[in-house]
Amino acid sequence: MGGYESIILTVITAATPLLLAAIGELVVERSGVLNLGVEGMMIVGAVLGFAGAQATGSAYIGALCALGAGMGLALLFGFLTLHLVANQVATGLALTLLGLGLAGMIGEAFVGQPGIRLERLHIPGLSTLPFIGPVLFGQDLLVYLSLALVAGVSFVLFRTRAGLIIRAVGDNHGSAHALGVSVIRVRYFAVLFGGACAGLAGGYLSLAYTPQWVEGMTAGRGWIALALVVFSTWRPLRLLAGAYLFGAVGILQFHAQAGGVAIPSQFLTALPYLATIVVLVIISRNRVLTRINTPACLGQPFVPDR
Amino acid sequence: MRLELEKRAEHSRTMAVLSPLLALVLTLISGAIMFALLGQDPVRALYTFFIEPLTASWSLQELVVKAAPLILIAVGLAVCYLSNTWNIGAEGQFTFGAIAGSLLPIVFPGFESPLTLPLMLLMGIAGGMLWGAIPAFLKIRFGANEILTSLMLVYVAQLFLDWLVRGPWRDPEGFNFPESRLFSDAAILQPLADGRMHVGALFALLAVIAMSVILMKTLKGFEVRVLGQAPRAGQFAGFSRNKMVLFAFLLSGGLAGLAGISEVSGSINQLTPVISPGYGFTAIIVAFLGRLNPIGIFIAGFLLALSYLGGEAAQVSLGLSDKTTRVFQGMLLFYVLACDTLILYRIRLTRAYAPSGKEA
Repeated sequence: MGGYESIILTVITAATPLLLAAIGELVVERSGVLNLGVEGMMIVGAVLGFAGAQATGSAYIGALCALGAGMGLALLFGFLTLHLVANQVATGLALTLLGLGLAGMIGEAFVGQPGIRLERLHIPGLSTLPFIGPVLFGQDLLVYLSLALVAGVSFVLFRTRAGLIIRAVGDNHGSAHALGVSVIRVRYFAVLFGGACAGLAGGYLSLAYTPQWVEGMTAGRGWIALALVVFSTWRPLRLLAGAYLFGAVGILQFHAQAGGVAIPSQFLTALPYLATIVVLVIISRNRVLTRINTPACLGQPFVPDR
Repeated sequence: MRLELEKRAEHSRTMAVLSPLLALVLTLISGAIMFALLGQDPVRALYTFFIEPLTASWSLQELVVKAAPLILIAVGLAVCYLSNTWNIGAEGQFTFGAIAGSLLPIVFPGFESPLTLPLMLLMGIAGGMLWGAIPAFLKIRFGANEILTSLMLVYVAQLFLDWLVRGPWRDPEGFNFPESRLFSDAAILQPLADGRMHVGALFALLAVIAMSVILMKTLKGFEVRVLGQAPRAGQFAGFSRNKMVLFAFLLSGGLAGLAGISEVSGSINQLTPVISPGYGFTAIIVAFLGRLNPIGIFIAGFLLALSYLGGEAAQVSLGLSDKTTRVFQGMLLFYVLACDTLILYRIRLTRAYAPSGKEA
């Protein structure tokens, strides 16, 4: 049935940017750093992704630009919080404010321009299967990448030595340092990975979700991604479930509006934000669960003693 | 070459004063580079941005009009941040305060008495407090992260305002524009002089004085600081973390609400879909630039108000984007945070091989 198929397809497109941004932030937080600048990195990723695609005609190069933009801002954040031990919460906010300003300024030239859409992959034989074809085998590359990242992050964090080191740094940076782990280097890698993911998530918005540039087009998705990380209790597979749940909430409003539901559009638009609050409350109520899973050094500065 | 931090034996008082100034200079230098990259003459652009608005009396008044809400919100936020409570949803509390205060002149336009304005202001404060109480309650009762909940409520408040002015509160004689009816004279904060400056500026001044006294001279001020810097010591002293969260949110929410209703009543005189150029977020920068100190915030408020005016001036006379303002504000906060490191640490670049040789 075509109706269900199109709903599932839109849920996937709505969930992917959330998933991309959140899986990056999950790794950042696992290493003990709280980067509240996700929204800022996302929106600069969105505008530079769009710009890159316009300049080269290729959405893939656009996506790479988005990734680089996110990493650039993340590097700035890393320098301030890791090298200069600035307050992480305030620096993250600064990153978001700066990112919103930069993106608005750069994006002014692109307002109203038609964008270049990231193509959907076409696998001969499989993509044409009824229903399963378009849903499972007809997505764009970044959808598969986001799913691969979840699997990859899950594997690396819990099955490899590198993951053990990341988690050790996040849970007890003093001990990790004493064992000879370079806390700051590990955190830099995590922060840069988070920036790359957030930038890519922004690029997904301007290259696939709605292929155009609109001022403020991230609309709080970076913050929702941050909430998703809490919701997932820092576990990649739960994050996957959360992102798709929120993708569905976001899509619900469009279908409700199209279906002529007599609720003012503003209330429907507010749904994802309200859902975020509700979900945060539900998860945080279980204090044991959050206490066990929260990286113990989250947000704490680390200065190596000499 | 490696960058190393060496902890100072104690706070550097010189640096505490110098760091905001240093941040300002660095912002101006970066701004000059940015203007040059945009193909502008940097000197002329900086002059238009930061000096020209100070040369006319109307724009000086406008400066006060823009500084007042920033200062009002920022002194409240300073109490939050000093006590390690992270309210970043002041924009939402500002909006909801404006909505609550406007209830009277919009729904009961016939109610014109000397009581109208005081009641509006009180309702504005109450509205801001209510909106601030939600994240505080969720934090205390359920442990929900106040950063995220307070921010989500910004979007909710803005959408609620949007619905009101396009729906039930739309001016019946307004040709379908998304605007409420204009406030009657009894509901308008009076101008202080011949111009745009209105009584709201006095609220900001009062808030700065009151907050200075509270923070420096009362036990409450001490409690704020102890819970922020040494939460365990605060607990032993019998200070309640939860009560402090509620206090900080109610105070900052109330002040943001007062700023909201003052802005609507004094400057806009009606509700429109957008009533703030991001005052609630810019106030975060004001609070940090002012070193979370009411007097410092007073000065910083004027500086960031100037960045709004400069943005407008640069847009008109140089054709620059009005988004330049946001970039300046963001850069400024970055530099402030970076320079604050100098208060606690000495920074040195070394070539030496550190004995531990481990950190990056």
